[in-house]
Amino acid sequence: MTTFALPSYDEATSRYEPVIGLETHVELGTNTKMFCGCPTEFGAEPNTQVCPVCLALPGALPVANRAAIEATIRIGLALNCSIAEWCRFARKNYFYPDMPKNFQTSQYDEPLCVDGYVDVEVDGETVRIGIERVHLEEDTGKTLHVGGATGRIHGATESLVDYNRAGIPLVEIVTKPVPGIGAKAPEVAKAYVAELRDILRSLNVSDVRMEQGSLRCDVNTSLNLPGAEWGTRTETKNVNSLRSVERAVRSEIIRQAGLLDAGGSILQETRHFQEDTGDTRPGRSKETATDYRYFPEPDLVPMAPDPAWVAELKAALPELPRVKRARLREEWGVSELDMQSIVNAGAVELIEQTIAAGASAAGARKWWLGELARRANESGQELSMVGATPAQVAELQGLVDAGKINDKLARSVLEGVLAGEGDPAAVMAARGLEVVSDTGALTAAVDDAIAANPDIAAKIRDGKVAAAGALVGAVMKATRGQADAKTVRDLILERLS
Amino acid sequence: MTDVTSLTAAQIAGLVASGEASAAEVTRAHLDRIAAVDDRVHAFLHVDTQGAVQAAEAVDRRRAAGEELGPLAGVPIAVKDVLTTRGVPTTAASKILEGWRPPYDSTVVERLRAAGTVMLGKTNMDEFAMGSSTEYSAYGPTNNPWDLGRIPGGSGGGSAAALAAYEAPLAIGTDTGGSIRQPGAVTGTVGAKPTYGGTSRYGLIAFSSSLDTPGPCARTVEDTALLHSVIAGHDPRDSTSIPQPVPDVVAAARLGATGDLTGVRLGIVSEFNGEGAEPGVMAAFRESIEALTKLGAEVVEVSCPNFQYALPAYYLIAPSEASSNLARFDGVRYGLRAGDDGQRSLEEVMSMTREAGFGAEVKRRIIIGTYALSSGYYDAYYGQAQKVRTLITRDFESAFERVDVLVSPTTPFVAFPFGSRTADPYQMYLSDLYTIPTNLYGGPAISVPCGLSEGLPVGFQIMAPTMADDRMYRVGAALESAVGTFTPPAL
Repeated sequence: MTTFALPSYDEATSRYEPVIGLETHVELGTNTKMFCGCPTEFGAEPNTQVCPVCLALPGALPVANRAAIEATIRIGLALNCSIAEWCRFARKNYFYPDMPKNFQTSQYDEPLCVDGYVDVEVDGETVRIGIERVHLEEDTGKTLHVGGATGRIHGATESLVDYNRAGIPLVEIVTKPVPGIGAKAPEVAKAYVAELRDILRSLNVSDVRMEQGSLRCDVNTSLNLPGAEWGTRTETKNVNSLRSVERAVRSEIIRQAGLLDAGGSILQETRHFQEDTGDTRPGRSKETATDYRYFPEPDLVPMAPDPAWVAELKAALPELPRVKRARLREEWGVSELDMQSIVNAGAVELIEQTIAAGASAAGARKWWLGELARRANESGQELSMVGATPAQVAELQGLVDAGKINDKLARSVLEGVLAGEGDPAAVMAARGLEVVSDTGALTAAVDDAIAANPDIAAKIRDGKVAAAGALVGAVMKATRGQADAKTVRDLILERLS
Repeated sequence: MTDVTSLTAAQIAGLVASGEASAAEVTRAHLDRIAAVDDRVHAFLHVDTQGAVQAAEAVDRRRAAGEELGPLAGVPIAVKDVLTTRGVPTTAASKILEGWRPPYDSTVVERLRAAGTVMLGKTNMDEFAMGSSTEYSAYGPTNNPWDLGRIPGGSGGGSAAALAAYEAPLAIGTDTGGSIRQPGAVTGTVGAKPTYGGTSRYGLIAFSSSLDTPGPCARTVEDTALLHSVIAGHDPRDSTSIPQPVPDVVAAARLGATGDLTGVRLGIVSEFNGEGAEPGVMAAFRESIEALTKLGAEVVEVSCPNFQYALPAYYLIAPSEASSNLARFDGVRYGLRAGDDGQRSLEEVMSMTREAGFGAEVKRRIIIGTYALSSGYYDAYYGQAQKVRTLITRDFESAFERVDVLVSPTTPFVAFPFGSRTADPYQMYLSDLYTIPTNLYGGPAISVPCGLSEGLPVGFQIMAPTMADDRMYRVGAALESAVGTFTPPAL
């Protein structure tokens, strides 16, 4: 219901300065739920991973999961936060059918981790994102509305609730407001979520799959005139991919700018990102602000992480992605831009492992960013799921380096590997793809080609070496591509010199 | 009475262990007694005849097989209907849970079963343990065996009345502001609130999480201690459970029963000066103090200046927690569901369920608690009440630097007639004037019968430091040895 003209993005950001903030929820990959011993596997039959505690049966009591507390502290440390020496859970009270207790056990004014930061790179520039807090809470169940046309509550004949997800440990990471990034705001938001995802992955605390909801993002956006106070912010939910993070901020900047241009004012509200159109729409309006009546959770003793334990956890943190990227960039001798595309392709670990398995940095990069990235894109898979292991890629490149196959044959070998025909050497042998290196056979093919193309041979004899390409092509054709082009060329020039 | 129902738990356990009586016949005798008197007393909401007989027979089989039995094996017990019992109806005396059969046992009940006690059934109470008279039970009140026209105390009136009516030698209660001790006092029975965290709350339908404490009830101090030792101890399923050994309360009770209190210092709380209490109650209390002095106890007066704020602090903290704890009763997963005609919205069905399922006192406390936690009021009410709680705890701590235990009447009044305090909630709340400070502090306290006033029992309260539950048993058993036990007129 846009009743005013929308400016272009460039117009919007030339007139207004955006301030963004992000709230990210991460489902931890613990074996058991936050407050009971139920398993946490994704995709089980509805209501099979439940017990009196996570169903909130009368009398049931929570007990905090130590592994989840440990994971949260590690996240806080990786984000340069201070870890509270004493803090509590709090109850967030509101009625909702997928929340069995009708309160969420969360944290309020005493979060486990506070006041950190994370640095991200955008266009070769470092932007520091402040972290307000990292706290631990529990996830809700899922409601399914059936019988209606839309899958929404209106028109549905029945609402079904699956409590398998209820009580899965959830970490909420809240940034401080990020001002001063101008038109780069959408990219900064995306870079932040990507960096956060990589950090979480390196910590091995979550599978961080946005499409499965184990990493969920809410984006706050506001606009102000240069020099003026920050504007009213909106909160955009349902932002389920890195690309959507960027699109959501961009579209919200345009929408707010249009509204402000028309003399309107921004309503502080929750909006939902629309995957199909790329814009945001208002959520169900609430007549009154919700009062969550937070109070300290009396069923759980306070958390008081031993500083010595926290120090141990800090010392044992893995090399974080940013540090690792700098080191690898140096080791691999690639540019900042190339490194960025490696990161974007999700190829850092794969290339690293391929090099560890014996390939050169250039060789490893060539396959993962070339042929394999293309196939991953085509099939919509993650690169790591495309079907070749780093060891296989290293072996493949090894065959090329040894001159046993050329690049064209290597692609054919790779095809066999991806088809499950075995490791590269086995595929090469089975498919009979080894380069023809028998000089006798090759010399005969070269002589045949010279004899069949006397005009070209004459040109080469006259010093027009470039004409050799045609003869090379003829030899390659005769050997069905199983010759090394450079060897063939050398042989031709030797014959005709 | 030479009937087995007149015996103590310790005596019954002895008979079962020696083979002089089978657990089955002991159980049958108690079920018969229930059948004979409970239509007049109404201590039970549910009698589990079949489960009781089976449990008793299992004990007899174990004995026949030569297995060693625990100190309470074969002894019948009544359990307050606020503790979950697997497969046995558990309602918290509320319509909202009518017919609900839990799929799991509370830790207390699990330990009772493991100890070979025989659960006879579930006892009446004020709805969700909110009340001091059982008049707020959704299933009708329990009548005091001393005078069927009077209240048996609350919220655990059913458990106390079952003991006084000889329907059971042991019972389980829960104490949030006095719900074990005040019913004990007005029925002439013994009731102990252990240290908070000393007994597990797992499976106790929560009223106020930071105050609720399950505890033992019996007709003698020794029986109470035996039951205490069976149910107490660390439970990993309750985060607030204390991971420390339980004090030896049975040994302490036996020591106290020798009648020697030499060197024990009793503190009388100056602020509990009898204002608002019945003269007969104060008289029995003073006589008991004299009796304890004769046994060698030293008595001093100590001031606990913040105790006067205990009642208001309690009536902010307990309802606040209750408003959140009771949110789960929404008709979605279990219990009553009202108004679900396929047309009404979820919110409407939730509201109608809660409107139909909760009684007036429960609604009153949910509303008070919701208000106290609201944004803008939190600091003035809930936050302030927590500060008062800290001050009361300091009063206890400094008092216990000077004395071993604090003593007071358990409740200002003897059993009052039905309907006499329901019109004004504050008059009802005063029942717990002397018991509430202990709950805010978290320490243990026991009520032991100490005399009669106008023919009705008076309770004597002994309060001890946290995890020093043994002290109150020693003093309680000594008092019992001096004043005897009190038996109501035959029903």
